[in-house]
Amino acid sequence: MKRWLIAALVLLLGKLRPPRALPPGRPVREPDRRAENLTFLLLLCAMAAAAAFIAFYFANPDTQFLGATLGLAFVLLAAACLVAGKRVVPQIEGVKERPELEHPFEQDEVVAVIAEGGEGVSRKRFFLLAGGGAAGLMGAALLTPALSCGPEANRVLSRSPWNRGRLLVTELDEPIVAAGIVVGELVTAFPSGADKEDIASPVIVVRVRPDELDLPDDRRGWAPEGLIGYSKICTHAGCAVSEYRYPSYGPTAPGPAVVCPCHYSTFSVTEGGKRIFGPAGRALPQLPLAINGDGQLVADGDFSGRPGPGWWGVRK
Amino acid sequence: MIRRAVRFLDERLGTAPLLKKTLQYVFPDHWTFMLGEIALYAFVVLVATGIYLALFFEPSLAHVTYQGDYAPLRGHEMTKAFQSTLDLSFETKGGLLLRQTHHWAANVFVAAIVLHLLRILYTGASRKPRDLNVWIGTTLLALAVFEGYAGYSLPDDLLSGMGLAIGYSVLLSLPVVGAWLAVLVWGGQFPGKEVFEPRLFITHVFVIPIVMATLIAIHLAIIVRQKHTQFPGPGRTERNVVGSTLWPSYALRSTSLLLAVAGVLLLLGGLVQINPIWLYGPYHTYSATNGAQPDWYIGWLIGALRLMPPLEIHVFGYTLVPNPFFGGALFPLLVFGLLYSWPAIERRITGDHARHELLDRPRDVPWRTATISAFFSWVAVVFLAGSQDQVALHFHFSYVGLVWFFRVASVVVPLVVFFVTRRVAAELKETELHPLRLDR
Ligand code: FES
Repeated sequence: MKRWLIAALVLLLGKLRPPRALPPGRPVREPDRRAENLTFLLLLCAMAAAAAFIAFYFANPDTQFLGATLGLAFVLLAAACLVAGKRVVPQIEGVKERPELEHPFEQDEVVAVIAEGGEGVSRKRFFLLAGGGAAGLMGAALLTPALSCGPEANRVLSRSPWNRGRLLVTELDEPIVAAGIVVGELVTAFPSGADKEDIASPVIVVRVRPDELDLPDDRRGWAPEGLIGYSKICTHAGCAVSEYRYPSYGPTAPGPAVVCPCHYSTFSVTEGGKRIFGPAGRALPQLPLAINGDGQLVADGDFSGRPGPGWWGVRK
Repeated sequence: MIRRAVRFLDERLGTAPLLKKTLQYVFPDHWTFMLGEIALYAFVVLVATGIYLALFFEPSLAHVTYQGDYAPLRGHEMTKAFQSTLDLSFETKGGLLLRQTHHWAANVFVAAIVLHLLRILYTGASRKPRDLNVWIGTTLLALAVFEGYAGYSLPDDLLSGMGLAIGYSVLLSLPVVGAWLAVLVWGGQFPGKEVFEPRLFITHVFVIPIVMATLIAIHLAIIVRQKHTQFPGPGRTERNVVGSTLWPSYALRSTSLLLAVAGVLLLLGGLVQINPIWLYGPYHTYSATNGAQPDWYIGWLIGALRLMPPLEIHVFGYTLVPNPFFGGALFPLLVFGLLYSWPAIERRITGDHARHELLDRPRDVPWRTATISAFFSWVAVVFLAGSQDQVALHFHFSYVGLVWFFRVASVVVPLVVFFVTRRVAAELKETELHPLRLDR
């Protein structure tokens, strides 16, 4: 970098004065008038473009105008430098010898010098071992404070705002009336009073025909009236599962499923969130739902598994 | 004037001999040598525009209600990070120009590094004594990709958030330490505590740039020490270097390249829209968009995550290794591991431990050219798989079919590329045809 700076400095200073006459005896190089004129012209244009940038900045600071003028100024200046570099100044070819990198003799000397420092020391191996051990443990000691969030991790990652009776609300904190959800619609809901950005908060609720349901036996009654809820956070890599495919045609069509737009993991809605396509390794956790006395949706417990991406030790 | 300056420095620092050597430093001329320079100059543009952006951007997850100039989002809840990026784009004169220039520069930066790397590998410049610089350069490539990711993750728009969610999941998926690390970095479960944004910010604007600048300095210092490689030609040997001297022509041409890179990036920044975060909107954990495309240099990771079969390692109903580990961590580790060990692999195969200063043309060593082509075609197939949803959308192919197509292609294409390239290189070597001009 330094030599570039120096070069740039010299370059700058060199431009201010005409070059001195060459020492006698050397053939005089004829100036290339056309190239010089072209360089002047390009420099003038660069000036004009830079001035235009300043004018636009004050008069009409539109991104397009600003970018076009400033970019053009740079490109014109670049062109001027290129013409100057290729045609105005002499092309000097240099040949340099490469440095010899290897010093076999000195290599031996270095080894000897190092060995000299260990003369008369007994039990070298032991010192190396003990020293290495001390350094290693020291490193481990320095890293230990990072563990202070270690035992926490599992607990932090397993927290859930859902419990029996928790009201489901919309993004605007309004309760969700069960009867208002129609077949084919996907509703995003949150636990009332909880942080909506929490990865364990958002759920999707859809309505399917109760006879379509094919839930595991231990989840009977988790989907009243065919209203079924799942964590909205993909178990693959944490994106929001935001697409819903509800077939409204023929018996051969694939069943209703939700799709994550990040890597297209697809989860079956009627089969308890089972993964039917894509890279996700776990099913989408299901949230048991119930309908309270006012006809509003409430949770009937916590998820069937941990929502969101997995980690070493999470239950499948 | 010049004499005065030279004398001033020499009297105080004794710089005259160094200056003379510097001015007469020899640069071999070949257009491919500009690729590394373009990367360097894109880095300069990134630092310059980045400093400007840092003066306006607020790395804070505090919630605000937007009341600024961009009407469609007025009244929306968002974080200060998102809001300050909007203000910087709509209310600061020239702000959008520099933001877009910065973003374009990041894309060009990584692209230039990759092309530079290809040049190094294809021409055998990776051999001793330059294996050192292969390691530094590869580290710079990894840092550049990560730095770009950190950068576009800052504004807290929908694309940032989705990218961060995936990054978090990959970190979380690391065996044994993943959960600890993720909770440590994010200060809790995703989307994390308030501290996360300032942490990301300081990483993006300070830690990584400093490390990169240091590595770039070492990269260049090593080049100065070893001098450039050169293609064989009349008068060129393993023991010398022939080319233009720094002063005057090369200095002017290189300055021209710096200005051209800056100029083109400014033109792109001014005229071609990039990362319009106001169209994506602010991020919420519960929203995601279809067909989101991150910067190109992340594509190979998306592709790997998408192609990976739903493999997870479970023991007694407990997860050991979640799926994102394979595509998001193992795959890049493999790719970079191969890049780091390439000089050693090549030495192993050829048994050649000599120092090399003259470059090969790619055709001169068919097996090497074929191996490198196969390797990069493998990464390229996975990269293309990152955009298969766009392919499915625009060409009406079945997405599931495409996944299988790319899975097969990632195995078959490198093999085909290997044999075809080896054959073509050998043929060209024998006939001495020019691959593009088809004459001698
Ligand atoms: S995050 Fe949903 S498929 Fe990867």
